[in-house]
Amino acid sequence: MVNQILRAPDGPPSDVEEIKERSKYLRGTLKEVMLDRISAGIPDDDNRLMKHHGSYLQDDRDLRNERQKQKLEPAYQFMLRVRMPGGVAQPHQWLVMDELAQKYGNGTLKLTTRETFQMHGILKWNMKKTIQEIHASLLDTIAACGDVNRNVMCTSNPYQSEIHSEVYEWSKRLSDYLLPRTRAYHEIWLDEEKVAGTPEVEEIEPMYGPLYLPRKFKIGIAVPPSNDVDVFSQDLGLIAIIEDNKLIGFNVAIGGGMGMSHGDKATYPQVAKVIGFCTPDQVLEVAEKIITIQRDYGNRSVRKYARFKYTVDRLGLQTVVNELENRLGWSLGEAKPYVFDHNGDRYGWVQGIQGKWHFTLFVEGGRVADFEDYKLMTGLREIAKIHKGDFRLTANQNLIIGNVTSMKKRKINELLELYGLTDGRHFSALRRSSMACVALPTCGLAMAEAERYLPVLIDKIETIVDENGLRNEEITIRMTGCPNGCARHALGEIGFIGKAVGKYNMYLGAAFDGSRLSKIYRENIGEEEILNELRVLLPRYAKERLEGEHFGDYVIRAGIIKATTDGMNFHD
Amino acid sequence: MQLQVMNSPFNQEQAELLNRLLPTLTESQKVWLSGYLAASQTANALGTAVEQAAEVPAATSGQLTPREVTILYGSQTGNAQGLAAKAGKTLEGRGFKVTVSSMNDFKPNNLKKVQNLLILVSTHGEGDPPDNALSFHEFLHGRRAPKLDDLRFSVLSLGDSSYEFFCQTGKEFDARLEELGGTRLFTRVDCDLDYDEQAAEWIEGVISGLSEGQETNNAAPESAAAPAAVESAYSRTNPFKAEVLENLNLNGRGSNKETRHLELSLEGSGLSFEPGDSLGIYPDNDPALVDQLLSEMKWDAAENVKVNKQGDVRPLREALLSHFEITTLTKPLLEQAAQLSANEQLSELTAPGNGEALKVYLNGRDLLDLLRDFGPWNASAQEFISILRKMPSRLYSIASSLSANPDEVHLTIGAVRYDSFWRERKGVCSIQCAERLQPGDTIPVYIQKNQNFKLPENPQTPIIMVGPGTGIAPFRAFMQEREETGASGKSWLFFGDQHFVTDFLYQTEWQKWLKEGVLTKMDVAFSRDTDEKVYVQHRMLEQSKELFAWLQDGAVLYICGDEKNMAHDVHNTLLEIIEKEGSMSREQAAEYLAGMQQNKRFQRDVY
Repeated sequence: MVNQILRAPDGPPSDVEEIKERSKYLRGTLKEVMLDRISAGIPDDDNRLMKHHGSYLQDDRDLRNERQKQKLEPAYQFMLRVRMPGGVAQPHQWLVMDELAQKYGNGTLKLTTRETFQMHGILKWNMKKTIQEIHASLLDTIAACGDVNRNVMCTSNPYQSEIHSEVYEWSKRLSDYLLPRTRAYHEIWLDEEKVAGTPEVEEIEPMYGPLYLPRKFKIGIAVPPSNDVDVFSQDLGLIAIIEDNKLIGFNVAIGGGMGMSHGDKATYPQVAKVIGFCTPDQVLEVAEKIITIQRDYGNRSVRKYARFKYTVDRLGLQTVVNELENRLGWSLGEAKPYVFDHNGDRYGWVQGIQGKWHFTLFVEGGRVADFEDYKLMTGLREIAKIHKGDFRLTANQNLIIGNVTSMKKRKINELLELYGLTDGRHFSALRRSSMACVALPTCGLAMAEAERYLPVLIDKIETIVDENGLRNEEITIRMTGCPNGCARHALGEIGFIGKAVGKYNMYLGAAFDGSRLSKIYRENIGEEEILNELRVLLPRYAKERLEGEHFGDYVIRAGIIKATTDGMNFHD
Repeated sequence: MQLQVMNSPFNQEQAELLNRLLPTLTESQKVWLSGYLAASQTANALGTAVEQAAEVPAATSGQLTPREVTILYGSQTGNAQGLAAKAGKTLEGRGFKVTVSSMNDFKPNNLKKVQNLLILVSTHGEGDPPDNALSFHEFLHGRRAPKLDDLRFSVLSLGDSSYEFFCQTGKEFDARLEELGGTRLFTRVDCDLDYDEQAAEWIEGVISGLSEGQETNNAAPESAAAPAAVESAYSRTNPFKAEVLENLNLNGRGSNKETRHLELSLEGSGLSFEPGDSLGIYPDNDPALVDQLLSEMKWDAAENVKVNKQGDVRPLREALLSHFEITTLTKPLLEQAAQLSANEQLSELTAPGNGEALKVYLNGRDLLDLLRDFGPWNASAQEFISILRKMPSRLYSIASSLSANPDEVHLTIGAVRYDSFWRERKGVCSIQCAERLQPGDTIPVYIQKNQNFKLPENPQTPIIMVGPGTGIAPFRAFMQEREETGASGKSWLFFGDQHFVTDFLYQTEWQKWLKEGVLTKMDVAFSRDTDEKVYVQHRMLEQSKELFAWLQDGAVLYICGDEKNMAHDVHNTLLEIIEKEGSMSREQAAEYLAGMQQNKRFQRDVY
C-alpha cells in the first residue's frame, strides 16, 4: 500500500469551493453588502465567506412564517463566535462580551461546546462595531467558523495548574500557527488599508492555499484523566502525556468527528484513532502536515463527505500515517499509555497547586442570561468586576472561575451566594452531565428544539431517576437539533438527534469516557415514547448494574444495544 | 373643450356634429354613451382577435412555437430546488420554453396563465410544506385559488419515509390541482431520501406526457378574455360592499406601530381605478362606544329612529353604529346641542365671543364627552340623532394595481390609537380594520379618482417616489403597474419609518422589485434605530447630486404621506437640493419646483 497513489475523490467542485475561489481570499463582496440598507441579511455567497470571519447569518425561526406573511424579510441577525483557544478569558474580556451581548446581541451569551463565546442576534449594522470592540479587548473572531482550523480546545483542568497552563500555551500556539494569513478580516472589519502590491498568491496562504480546507477542521487537547474536550471527536486530537508531573508530549489521534446526515449511511460519526506520539516542539509541524493532507485529499465535491474522518477512512489509516511521515520526513513515536475516566466536568471549588482556587459553575445549556429567578448574567458580571484570575469556558458548556487567591475566594463566594450561582449540586447528576446545542430559534440547521427543550425533558427524566435511586449517578445526556452534532450527541450515554419538531432519534451505548460511539436505539420518537423507554431502561440499570458500571457500558453488557466499535459500523 | 381637426382624430364634419351634440347631453346620457362606445370597441377588437387566432395555425404550421412549461419548487434543504433546475435544463434541451421559480417568487395571480405546471416539493417536519412553499400552498388551498381547467400538471414529491406524513405536501398539491380542474400529464411520484432515480424517471415521464398533447395546443390569445369597459353602478353615494380577502398587520412583533394591509374584492362591482386613485370607505363606529352612549343616556337600543331626510328608519343602535358621526365634535353640533340642554355652561360655551374656549373644548373630545359634560338633557334620542353629522367616508390611497391584481383593491392603513381626556380614543375606520374586520366580512367602498397623482404617460420617464410610513401605499400600486406594463423608466423610492426590523412596510416586495430591476433604487431611513434621528429627507440630501440629475433628466417626483411635518420637510429639502446642485438662488429653486408642479412633474398626495 505504500506506493498507492493518493488522490482526492473525483467530481466537480462544490458550490462553496467555487465561492472560495472567487472570493479573493475571503473578501467576496462582504464590505459592500454589509453597507446595504435594504436587507439585514447578506447574499448566500457572502454568508459562506462570512463564516471564515467567525460569523454567519441566521434568523429567528420562531418568527419566520409570521414575518413572511407580514411581507417582512426573516428576522435576520448574525451569530458571532469568538476565537479563544483553550477557552480562557480574562475578566476584562468577560465584561466586554457581557456588554456587547447587551448592547448589540440578544442580551445573552452562549458558552459553546468548543470553549468559546457565541453571541446571537446582532444586526448587520452593528457587526463592525461589535467586532471592533472585541478586537480592542484583544480577542478576535477569525476562523471561528468556516473551512479552516477552528477554535483549539484544551482541557479546562483546574487540578493541575502548571500542566494546564503549559498545555494551554500549546493550544494558543496551535491556534495562532494555523490561522489564515489573509488580511481580509482586518480590511473588512478593522478598516485596515489594503496593502498596495499584493504579494504572490502562494504567500497569502502558504498552508491553506486559496481554497482553504474542504471542510471545517477541529483540534482539541485532553489532559488525562479528563477527556472533557472529547478528544476522540476531533479531527486532530492530542492527548497530553505527563510523566513525573511534566508534559513530555502528545499522543496524536486523527479522524474523529460527530456530524452526519439523516438517511445517508455513508455519513457517520467517527472516533479519532491514536496513531503515535510527538514531543511538544513537534506538535505544530504535525498539525500542519495533517491539515495539508486533508487540504490535498479531502473531498471538495460533496461537502457532507468532506470532513477529515472520511478522508482517513477512505484512504486508510495507515496510508494517511505514511503520508504524514513522508511529509514530516520523520516518524511519530509509539503512542504512550494513558487513562481517561470521564468527559464531564467536576463542579464546585477545588484547590490547585500554588494554592489557587477554581470554582466550576454549572451553566445549563451553556446559556448565560438573566432568568426570572436566576440572575446568572448579572452575578457573573459582578464577579468579573472584582475577579483577578481568569475565566475558563469548558467543553461541557460550563464555566470555571479560575485562579482565585484564598483572599479573593471569600469575596467571590459571597457573590456566588448573593446571586445563588450554583455548582449544580442540588441538581441530579444527570442534569449536570447534560449538553445541548443552540438549535431553535436561531440555528438554520435545526430540525427540532435542543437547548430550550432538554431542561424540560430532564425535569421529567429526573422523576424516573429519583424513583430508581440514580440521582447521583452521572449519566451523560446530550441533545442536538440536527445530525451535525454540535453537542457531540454520539458520545453521550443517552443521545438525541432532532428529526422534526418534537421528534428525535435516540442513541445509547456511548462510553462515559468518550472513547466509544453510541448507536441508534429508537427512531423518530416523541417525548412520551422517550420517557416510556427510560421508564424501562433506568430501573433495569439501577437493579442490574455492576459496581461502578456506567450506563453506557451497562446497556451493551445487557444486550440492549450493540457496541459501536468504529464509526463505520455506527449504522449497523 | 371644442373638438377640432387639430386636437382630435375626427374630420371637420364629425367634429362639428360632435360639438353640436355633446353640450346637449345630460350626465347620464354621457355615461351611457361612453359605455356604449367602449363596449362596441371591445367587441370589434374581439372579432379581430378571433380572426387572428384562426389564422395562427396556418401561418405557423410546421414550425411549432416552443411549448411553455412552468416549474415551481418548494425546497427546505435545496434538494427540490436542485431537481427543479435539472428538470428545467432537461426540458429546455428538448425544446421547451421553461420558467423555473421557487413557489415564493411566483406570483399566484399568474397561475391562471400557466398551461403546463410541474411541482417539485419536499415535505418536512410533521407533514409541513417547506418555508418557501408556505404562502403558495396556502394560496392554492384558500378561497382565492383559481379554477385551473386548462392546466396540465405533474408533481414530484420529496420526503423521508421514516416520517409519518411521508411526502404529504406533494400529495396535497397533487390532489388540490386536480380538484381545481387540472389534468395530470404524468402521475405523481413520491421519492424517498434516495431520490435520484425516481426523479429522473419522473422527468422522462413528464416529457412524454408533455409531448403527447403537442398538436392540440392552441391557446386562445389573452385579449379574448378582456372584459368590456362598462361604467360601474357603484359610486360614493351607492358604495359597493367589498368582501375582505385579507387583513394583516404589516408591522413585526415589538413594533410601536400597527399598519394594516387590507385586500378587498371588487369582483362583480365593475369598479375600476388607476394607480394613484383612492378608495373611500364607509366605516362603522366602535360598538363599545355606541353602547356606552346608549347606557349613558339610558336610550333604548331598539328604538326606531329616522336616519335621513327620506325618512328611512333604523333601530337606534344601528343608526349610531353606521349612519352618524359620534367621534368628532363640531361647532354647529354644540350650538344645536345647547338647545337640548338646560346646562348653562354649554350655552355659555356656545355663546358668541367664546370661540376660543369652544375650539379648545372641541379638540380631542367626542359625543360621549359632550353628553357627560353638559347634562341634564331634555331631548329624545331622535332629537339627538337629528343634529348629528352623517357618517363621513375615509379615503385611503390605493396600494395595488388593478392590472396586477384584477378584481382586487389593496390598502395600507395605519391604526390610530391615542389617549385624550383620560380615555383611549380610536380611529373609527383604522380600528375597525385593525380590530373587527375579518376576512369574509364586507365593507362599503367606492373609488375616488385622483388625476393629480398619476404615473407619467411615457413609460420611459423616470420617477422618484417619497413615501414614508403609510405614504408608501400608492407607490406599491405604481410598482405593480410598472411591472405589469413593463415600463422601462427608472424608478427611485425613498421610504422611512421607525425601526428597520419591524416597520419596513412591504419589505420583501421592494426587495424583489429591486432584484428584478422593476425598482431601480431605494433608500430607507429608520428614525429610531440610531442615536440621531434620520428621515427620508436626510437620505435625499445625501444623494442630492444624483437626485438633481434625475430631475434634470425629466423625472417625475411624487410625495405621499403626512402633510404636517414630512411633506413640509421634504419640500424644503428639495429646494435645498435644487439650489445647491443647480447653483440657483432660493427663488430660482422655488420657480424650478413650481415649474415642475405645473408640468405635473411634482405631484403630492398628502394628508
